[in-house]
Amino acid sequence: MLNQLEELASKAFDELGKVTNLEELEAWRIRYLGKKSDLIQTLRSLATLSLKERRVVGARANEVKKALETSLAEKKKGLEQGLALSLQRESLDVTLPGESVLLGHLHLTTQTLDEICSIFGGMGFQVVEGPEVEWEYYNFEALNMPADHPARDMFATLWMDSDTKTGDRPMLLRTHTSPVQIRVMEKSRPPIRVIAPGRVYRYEATDATHEWMFYQVEGLAVDKNITLADLKGTLFEFTRCLFGEERKVRFRCDYFPFVEPGVEVAIDCLACGGTGCRLCGNSGWIEILGAGMVHPEVLRRVDIDPEVYSGFAFGMGVERIPMLRYGIDDIRLFYGNDLRFLKQF
Amino acid sequence: MKVSLRWLSDYVDITVLPEKLAEKLTMAGVEVNEVQVIGENWKDIVVGKIVGVGAHPNADRLRLATVDLGKQEITVVCGAPNLVVGDKVAFAHVGAQLIDGHTGEVVRLKPVKIRGVVSEGMVCSEKELGISDRHEGIMVLPPEAPVGTPLSGYLGDAIFDLDVTPNRPDCLSVIGIAREAAALTGEKFNIPEVCYNEVENAIDFFASVEIVAPDLCPRYCASLLTGVKIASSPQWLQQRLLACGMRPINNIVDVTNYVMLEYGQPLHAFDYSGIRGKQIVVRRAEEGETITTLDGIERILDQDILVIADKERAIAVAGIMGGMDAEVTDNTTTVLIESANFNQAAIHRGSIALRLSSEASLRFEKGLSRDLPLVALKRATQLIGELAGGKVAKGVIDAYPGKWQREPILLSTAQVERLLGVEVGLSEIVKALELLGFSCEQTEASLEIRVNIPWWRTDISCSADLVEEVARIIGYDSIPTTMLSAPLPMHEPIPMLSLRQKLRNVLVGCGFQEVLTYSLTSLEMMSKLSPELRLIGPAPIRVAHPMSREQEYLRTSLRAGLLSVLARNERYQENSIRLFEIGKVFLPRKGELPLEREMLCAVLSGLQRGLFWRGKAEPVDFFVAKGVVETLLSQLELVASLELTKDETLCLGRSASIIVGNDRVGVIGELHPKVSEAFELSETAYLIEIDLDKLSSLIASTKEYQPISRYPSTSRDIALLVSEQITYQQIYAIIQDFPLVTQVTLFDLYVGEQVPAGKKSFAFKIVYQSPTHTLTDEEVDRVQQQILDKLSQEVGAALRA
Repeated sequence: MLNQLEELASKAFDELGKVTNLEELEAWRIRYLGKKSDLIQTLRSLATLSLKERRVVGARANEVKKALETSLAEKKKGLEQGLALSLQRESLDVTLPGESVLLGHLHLTTQTLDEICSIFGGMGFQVVEGPEVEWEYYNFEALNMPADHPARDMFATLWMDSDTKTGDRPMLLRTHTSPVQIRVMEKSRPPIRVIAPGRVYRYEATDATHEWMFYQVEGLAVDKNITLADLKGTLFEFTRCLFGEERKVRFRCDYFPFVEPGVEVAIDCLACGGTGCRLCGNSGWIEILGAGMVHPEVLRRVDIDPEVYSGFAFGMGVERIPMLRYGIDDIRLFYGNDLRFLKQF
Repeated sequence: MKVSLRWLSDYVDITVLPEKLAEKLTMAGVEVNEVQVIGENWKDIVVGKIVGVGAHPNADRLRLATVDLGKQEITVVCGAPNLVVGDKVAFAHVGAQLIDGHTGEVVRLKPVKIRGVVSEGMVCSEKELGISDRHEGIMVLPPEAPVGTPLSGYLGDAIFDLDVTPNRPDCLSVIGIAREAAALTGEKFNIPEVCYNEVENAIDFFASVEIVAPDLCPRYCASLLTGVKIASSPQWLQQRLLACGMRPINNIVDVTNYVMLEYGQPLHAFDYSGIRGKQIVVRRAEEGETITTLDGIERILDQDILVIADKERAIAVAGIMGGMDAEVTDNTTTVLIESANFNQAAIHRGSIALRLSSEASLRFEKGLSRDLPLVALKRATQLIGELAGGKVAKGVIDAYPGKWQREPILLSTAQVERLLGVEVGLSEIVKALELLGFSCEQTEASLEIRVNIPWWRTDISCSADLVEEVARIIGYDSIPTTMLSAPLPMHEPIPMLSLRQKLRNVLVGCGFQEVLTYSLTSLEMMSKLSPELRLIGPAPIRVAHPMSREQEYLRTSLRAGLLSVLARNERYQENSIRLFEIGKVFLPRKGELPLEREMLCAVLSGLQRGLFWRGKAEPVDFFVAKGVVETLLSQLELVASLELTKDETLCLGRSASIIVGNDRVGVIGELHPKVSEAFELSETAYLIEIDLDKLSSLIASTKEYQPISRYPSTSRDIALLVSEQITYQQIYAIIQDFPLVTQVTLFDLYVGEQVPAGKKSFAFKIVYQSPTHTLTDEEVDRVQQQILDKLSQEVGAALRA
């Protein structure tokens, strides 16, 4: 019995010496010190021995167990230190660049449109769209601007080639998104609450603040009892969402042929805070929206009774918003599509 | 338009600061762009009178001027050539802020010793005062200038630069602005009384007026003065014209311009001797009739243009510009003054046809009041009488075929509240309207008034117009802000919007940058899409008067725009470029608006990924592009198959139709080298184009949950040897079709020395799984054998050893 024990001990120490990692060590522990190991079995079987034998073998078995446990602990400590050292040896240069994930960007105009649509979406305005090539009727006449109306000069127009002498109706690139108002009101009855984003075109020489193609967002709400106060509330909320709590908002009288009363909405200048600078042309204010109560003539034309219904409409240039926000000083950057510009946003 | 505060003060007491007035005008609809204050810094500058001019003891070119300042006399050294005893001048004391006549810098006047003579003060030029650039001599003030008073009190002014909206031609005048200012500040408005003596024969003796085209000329008034003396206008008048940006010419022309600025009514003065047959005829021009206008240009007219003619010929283009034949010159002695009302559309068209616009036409084309011509005519006649002498003929000619009847408008407090959202009392409404010159009468109904429109307002035609007037006066600020309380309309989703948004987001996730390119392009640009440089696709629609050749035609595809953006950006040495645009293309339709088709176009070139320090980046190829298409469509629950196709822009054999179901929704392929060359691309580019209108119609939300098997899967790899003609799709379809096969992935394709000539090797990983039990090896082996048998039968595939 004692011999077996000694053999076991020497085999165990021998194998422990060959253990090189923590997994092997755990296997070794189970083999020699686990519940089913020979050593533990030996200790359990002591009861079957005589008292004298029991004392001798028992004492020795306990010594062997203690010695194995001590060695196990030392070995474990050693292995753990070794692991730490080797990990340290293999540590990374964490300052090396990570592999960049290919990711594009939405165009700044798209981002701005999404933002505008989402603010108005929250106020119950649904997005609608209309054609970019329009009949003269929708762009002008239906909006209370018959032929030779002086306000048409506010909209330098790109006309399409058409043979009007043979009876073709005059066609143009829409100069504003307002024709969508008419198309919506022709199709649906109040309550109406829509916004219409899209491209518009002007016959215009380009410079840092003028583009011949740009984006607008049109808005229209028609129902019973819609008032100028509602217009103010809606657009006030919009400017607050877009430009923040601290901006001042100014509503002043302005003229657009398709609204009456007409409104211009301005915010205090982001650059100077209202004291006057180059950005705001020394006025302290920056115009961001044209608006007003839908003109009774416009309602009548689409067969909505202005004595029963009223509504407000508004329109805004889109590029101007990020230009103000990010200090972009040239609108031509938007559709010049230089990636060095687009990737900044 | 520019308006001087001093001039305004002739008609209304301005009791507020110029900035405050500017703000009030702006808020009420007449936007003030700028207020230029003249004399803001004229502290210590006063009106003086030269009482003595003497020689400088030590300098020939300098003199000593003694200036009477009322309480004192000061002698200063002065180099100006125009020192005249008795002249009134602007005198600057030491300490005054001036502009240095040579450097243009702002300086403060110090006492100096010039050539031994102490000079404490200075007689100023216009430039030194900041009034103009004139510095040849000192500024001489009018004789009535009060000696000793501060110059700012006498000459100081504020010039308002105004933006007048096209509905308010009445505000294109000093009186119009004065009326607004009076209404907005509550001050009284005074119009100067016009009276003059008529001592000459009756005007009918000299001339008659015949309006042949009454539709284009509702009213024509004229007066006549004999014995006028042409001269320069007095300084005050010249200054007012200059302040408003007009050039003084002579007393007659200046008066017509002055009254135009004052009342907003353009006038014209004819030299009576140039009018043949004593007759004014207002008629359409004859086809091809010519006239030399005052700018010296001979103009060819047509029947759409209205002219003022005499018995024989046109002597003015009505409402636009006078003619040389009856121009007022230094020899003129008798003048006929015209003050008329012309049809706004006729003037507008005439001005466009002749490419000629003037201060007059800009006013006429906005539609002026028909009550204005006579008022303005009398004022002009009075002023010419005063300034040019002469005798006024008795009476005026007033041909008025288009007599105006203006109906009053009914307005109730309910209407005001319904539009403004705030209750405004009847008395407040009446007060606001009366301030603006409207007159109001109570009607039989309570809380309702009948409103008479003042004669000068042409922009008021309905109750909403009156509501705006009320809102302007009570102030937009006093209207509350409320949120819409009306019920929301039914939601009507537009599938295209969500499709667009989804595609954009997926493409951005695939590394594509969104670009937005112009809708107009050139034929040249579009024809670059074909190797033969010919136009492909439908004929594009042309703009009638393009701004340039680059912006002449509506695009029929997004390709050219995107490829030129690609080329432009390649120059910045991006090593991997991926771009896309979602936008409209325009296809012509007979007698209808063009079809606006929503397209997606994407291009990619360069490396598959950015440069990285580990591993090498491969260039993009067809299958990278195809992966993008597959990703896009899988996000829409669609499966695409590709079929080789012919597309001129792309390489034959490397381009394919994208087919969903039975529909061709787009193309994909490698750019044709000639196209690539035409766009000056340096890298091989791949193009994807998808018709979103078609795609949108194919999207059906039939998505259904697939249960996840609880049993483990087993995978097997097989390598198949097939003949080169066999496509991947053929093999894939066979394997995929077997039961228990849940996934088939090609992980290698080999052609080369290791396989016999004319053969290729496909390596597939096949995953087997059952939804009902754990598969045994025998089961899997059995299915796999069946697969191999079928592959062998149908495509001659052999298991590769």
